[in-house]
Amino acid sequence: MTQQPSPLPASGHLPPQAEEGKELAIRARGLTRKFGNVVAVDHLDLNVGRAQVYGFLGPNGSGKSTTIRMLCGLLLPTAGEIEVLGFRIPEQAEQLKRRIGYMTQRFSLYEDLTVDENLDFVAAVHEFTRAQARTRITELLDRYWLGDLRGRLAGTLSGGQKQRLALAASVLHKPDLLLLDEPTSAVDPQSRREFWDSLFDLVDAGTTILVSTHLMDEAERCHRLAILDHGKLVADGSPRELMDALPGVALLVECDAPRKAQAALTGFPDVVALAQVGANLRVLTRDGDNARDAIAQHLKEAGIDARVEPTPPNLEDVFVAATKREPRAPKPAEAHA
Amino acid sequence: MNLRRLLSIVVKELRQLRRDRLTFAMMVGIPTMQLLLFGYAINLDIRNLDAAVLDQAQTVHSREVVAQLGQTDVMNFKYRLADPQQIDELLRAGKISAALVIPPDFERRLATRDRVPLQIVVDGSDQVIQQAARQLAGLPLDSALNPGGAVNPNQTLGNVEIVNFYNPERRAPVNTVPGLIGVILTMTMVLFTAMALVRERERGNLEFLIATPVSAGELTIGKVLPFIAIGLVQVTVVLVLGVLIFNVPIRGSLIDVYTSSLVFIVASLALGVFISTLAQTQFQSMQIAFFTFLPQILLSGFMFPYAGMPWPAQWIAEILPMTHFIRLIRGIMLRGAGLRDLWPELAALGMFIVIMMTIAISRTSKRLD
Repeated sequence: MTQQPSPLPASGHLPPQAEEGKELAIRARGLTRKFGNVVAVDHLDLNVGRAQVYGFLGPNGSGKSTTIRMLCGLLLPTAGEIEVLGFRIPEQAEQLKRRIGYMTQRFSLYEDLTVDENLDFVAAVHEFTRAQARTRITELLDRYWLGDLRGRLAGTLSGGQKQRLALAASVLHKPDLLLLDEPTSAVDPQSRREFWDSLFDLVDAGTTILVSTHLMDEAERCHRLAILDHGKLVADGSPRELMDALPGVALLVECDAPRKAQAALTGFPDVVALAQVGANLRVLTRDGDNARDAIAQHLKEAGIDARVEPTPPNLEDVFVAATKREPRAPKPAEAHA
Repeated sequence: MNLRRLLSIVVKELRQLRRDRLTFAMMVGIPTMQLLLFGYAINLDIRNLDAAVLDQAQTVHSREVVAQLGQTDVMNFKYRLADPQQIDELLRAGKISAALVIPPDFERRLATRDRVPLQIVVDGSDQVIQQAARQLAGLPLDSALNPGGAVNPNQTLGNVEIVNFYNPERRAPVNTVPGLIGVILTMTMVLFTAMALVRERERGNLEFLIATPVSAGELTIGKVLPFIAIGLVQVTVVLVLGVLIFNVPIRGSLIDVYTSSLVFIVASLALGVFISTLAQTQFQSMQIAFFTFLPQILLSGFMFPYAGMPWPAQWIAEILPMTHFIRLIRGIMLRGAGLRDLWPELAALGMFIVIMMTIAISRTSKRLD
């Protein structure tokens, strides 16, 4: 797998960020993890400032979960240095574990225990006394709308309820750093919105949150974003910065036959990505105005009547540009991916 | 090791168990069912029983009888005794399974034929040995007993009288029930621990847990503790039913029965913990657990006599915790032996626990890789 130079600035080239001078919650240098011959995480450098939501955006298998697991000491790095909340990892992982909360991708509490019993258990694990536990659990049940569900078995909860319970359990001991591995993959948009409101409440209280996702609407909410691809950091910045730095231009092709237009433009020079959006075709190009004219021309020659207009770039464009090396040619059906 | 955390794991485990109706039913159901099913025993011929000779006659004939019985390979005379009291001691400690007694008036009995001339005392707590003794009783000793070579046609009495210690009525349940405690504990303890520990990993709970301050030791011990209590409940079920239904005697002290059961439960749990470190899924751990059951049941002496096995099998049997437990529990319940007589078996179980736990703990890490 050879990695072509990314069109977007990687973290090393970015100007010093606003949080400079502020203490970092996570600092990693040259973080690498191999599974046999497969390099899951490849020389990752990370700086995560305190009290913000930092997102890992990347396709499946890009090394998001592996990175999170290394940061909380669950996996040993093959190489590299990690410092989380001032602790050297993996040497001081046990000390770190008292100060972090980790919400796994899969629901990892006990489905055959009730909401109350699960929280009870987690509180005891963190050495809360019975009285402390009662107070804190009541507080959490209230904050995460779990009060009515306290007697229900966790296995019978809906996706959104389970996720609220998991969040309550991972913040029960008021951690300074919360690591969330694809927290809302199995949750409807309404629950997702509520969930993010809760996250921002935590950030206001001073918690640093690291969240991995492959959902654009989630990525857009992060203060800062790192885009991972094949274990490498291919872009890093706030969502706004990343969109502004998009080197190409996003175009909207309006026509009667978007699928035909898509077929015609597949493999066309300068086209980075094609995606049908409703009746329109969204085209991401490498180069600005020239490309727009060339595309309009090309479509006309192909006998397709189309209007080609520039459109504001979105995060998906950034993501596609950063993670795609070659426009995917073969079947038009695959251009969706 | 934090006690509060340990306790929280125990409580959590008990809560889960209470909801797992099937497992809960199995805990009590398995011992009851097996006890009722195993009313039968398997009998087999055996050889090389460890035995002692008490020759009170010390005549030419008596020595010839001893030599001839020795040649049959059924009994291996390891001890030559002078005092009848010693037979009791050796049997009780499990050092011999049978003893040949030649009375002082052996010559006179031979001559008058009014009483049986020879006596074989056997350990009736092992039914296979009873069987062997019956075999011995039928041995033709005429060449030794009738120097003239003439068979006495009017012989109404056999040559050998079998004195069955500990199980005079030769009832199979008396032999089966104590061993059954071992079988039941092995099957449930090993399987449930192995599965309980792997379940945490398989369901993903472990990934959450290892990001908390819980230590591997707390997690393992906390999960295993409730099973000790369950194991003791099972022992009680078997004992109560054994006594009520099958009239099985408990000749030794009840404290010794429970002490050796407790040690055996811990040994089985240690084996289960070890298995859990090998398996990735509950199904795998179940398979590995079953793989250990067969040798334990077949080689421990519960089904087939230890004495009749070739040495490699005996060697394997010595490693298995159940072998030692079968010797302990039969000794205590049927022969009235005390732990003092049987301490080597207890020591063997202790060693097994230490070795298994050491391997298991060295294999458990608080990481995912």
